[in-house]
Amino acid sequence: MKLRANLVIGGSLFALAILVGLLAPWLAHTDPVMDANLMNAEEPPSWTWWFGTDDQGRDIYSRVVYGARVSLTVGIISQLINSVIGVALGLSAGYFGGWWDDVVNALTNLMLAIPSLIFALAIMAVLGPGLTSLLIALGLTNWSFTCRIARASALSLRSQGYVQAATVLGYGDLRIMITQLLPNMLGPLIVIGTLGMGSAVLSEAALSFLGLGVRPPFPSWGSMLSEAREQITTAPWLSIFPGLAIFLTVLGLNLLGDGLRDILDPQSRSRRT
Amino acid sequence: MTGTPLLEVEDLKLDLDTGSGRVAAAEGVSFRIDRGETFGLVGESGCGKSITALALIGLLRHPLSIGGGVIRFEGREIQHLSAARQRDLRGNRIAMIFQEPMTALNPVSPVGRQIAEMFVLHKGKSWREADRLAVEALANVRVPAPERRVKDYPHQLSGGMRQRVMIAIALACGPDLLIADEPTTALDVTVQAEIIELMRNLCAERGTAILMISHDLGLVANVCRRVAVMYAGRIVEERGSADIFRAPLHPYTQGLVASLPRLGSRAALGRARLQEIAGVVPAITHFPDGCRFNPRCAQATEICRTAAPDVDLLEAGGLVRCHHHA
Ligand SMILES: Nc1ncnc2c1ncn2[C@@H]1O[C@H](COP(=O)(O)OP(=O)(O)O)[C@@H](O)[C@H]1O
Ligand code: SF4
Ligand SMILES: [Mg+2]
Repeated sequence: MKLRANLVIGGSLFALAILVGLLAPWLAHTDPVMDANLMNAEEPPSWTWWFGTDDQGRDIYSRVVYGARVSLTVGIISQLINSVIGVALGLSAGYFGGWWDDVVNALTNLMLAIPSLIFALAIMAVLGPGLTSLLIALGLTNWSFTCRIARASALSLRSQGYVQAATVLGYGDLRIMITQLLPNMLGPLIVIGTLGMGSAVLSEAALSFLGLGVRPPFPSWGSMLSEAREQITTAPWLSIFPGLAIFLTVLGLNLLGDGLRDILDPQSRSRRT
Repeated sequence: MTGTPLLEVEDLKLDLDTGSGRVAAAEGVSFRIDRGETFGLVGESGCGKSITALALIGLLRHPLSIGGGVIRFEGREIQHLSAARQRDLRGNRIAMIFQEPMTALNPVSPVGRQIAEMFVLHKGKSWREADRLAVEALANVRVPAPERRVKDYPHQLSGGMRQRVMIAIALACGPDLLIADEPTTALDVTVQAEIIELMRNLCAERGTAILMISHDLGLVANVCRRVAVMYAGRIVEERGSADIFRAPLHPYTQGLVASLPRLGSRAALGRARLQEIAGVVPAITHFPDGCRFNPRCAQATEICRTAAPDVDLLEAGGLVRCHHHA
């Protein structure tokens, strides 16, 4: 198998972000919340303060490192929720067809008509800020593409010989959907899921920037940007480093998604195993 | 074995919803298969063999439906069973293998898994036990090194090997009836013979009855004790294979037999041509009045064009449906 640059670079960036999140207590120099010290307020980046400090003297490097936890938790979990919803709806709609398909289609079109960030904002407004609300809001609003892909795949796979053979062998509907259909549509779903994770990381940043995400003082990249916006000219490092973290993570996920698409697409599938 | 036949089909009618009304895609279909018996259903493509098979296992779907008649399995009517009860029969008591060994296996699942799934699904086995039984099942269909082959994916196997796997899956639960719909049409001639031989031996060992469906009378007559010949949705002749082969009674069957390539010319009978019967099977929506074979039949007379012939039960056993049969 030929390794694509997309896959390698994207995969490395994503793996790096995950490692940083997991190893945050060991990588961080200081406690991201408690170690405020006005003596070191607004220090620019240096050998001591790699990414500088904020107006309370907290180490930005340490806060960015801990911020990875929030961004990735939100990105991964909310996308998992989206994938489960999208696959459950799309797969069953494509497989059963009929009125259920109509219902799912209507729902999907509705979701596509409303920008998902606006929808998430509305949910956050009802639930209030916080990590759980963030997960729910982003997990419920970005499943329409997954749903479409799952539905279209189920529709085309349904007439495959092995799906019909399974019916003849006495498989029930659920067993057919899980053993015959789902494994055969995993490729595109993984691609969509990876790209979706990237957009969830961005959405988390946006919602936190608007003050709706994780409550300060605990750091998330979005809330750090939000706090930094007044000092963008006086202390640009406060914005640059969390911004860079978001950029690299999302870039990594998008490259990874593209790379996966290259190796998972149906044409190259048979050559792979 | 006497007593209740394994499968009994009586006056089965299959409707096709054309959008502008219902037409009978098959009608008056009756036959019975005893335990362990081999029975063949033969006819040109489109005559209704596959839809008959689907009806037997409860899988006719819109636009097709059962329009009348009775299907009994072990004396019990099965055409009105609940979906769940029919599922219990399928794959467990009545199994089926198809024409396409290339596409009938799930491409992303190892073949052993697909065999094992049958034991889990129908016999309530644990996966561990089922995986072990799968190796045995592969060995039974004479796949070499079965303990390694179970891990293979379908695309790693040849067409013949895949059809062996299909047979292993179909026979996994020890069904009473195996329906084989054109099981070897997609395979090389040499592989064909092997697969048929394997299927016949395995079923004979286990007392599994076979309903073999094919357009190839020669193949079916070879495997089956009795054969029913179908034309345009009706069974036109049903007799012992040897009898049908030696002395076909229905003009259509005579045409089929004459068109079989074999040594010993039948020139004496004036049918030396190795050809299909002239003309084509009529479309369902345009079945001719009277005998459906009349536009292609050399022996047709006036009555053939107006009245559909009834079934004649033969003294020697079997039946034929023709006004002027030999
Ligand atoms: N799903 C379907 N929709 C419409 N017509 C069908 C369908 N399935 C089968 N038929 C028609 O029913 C007739 C019998 O088909 P089939 O049983 O598949 O023939 P064969 O004897 O070749 O197996 C054919 O004329 C076919 O066109
Ligand atoms: S009934 Fe008439 S048309 Fe039909 S097969 Fe017999 S002779 Fe031919
Ligand atoms: Mg057929």
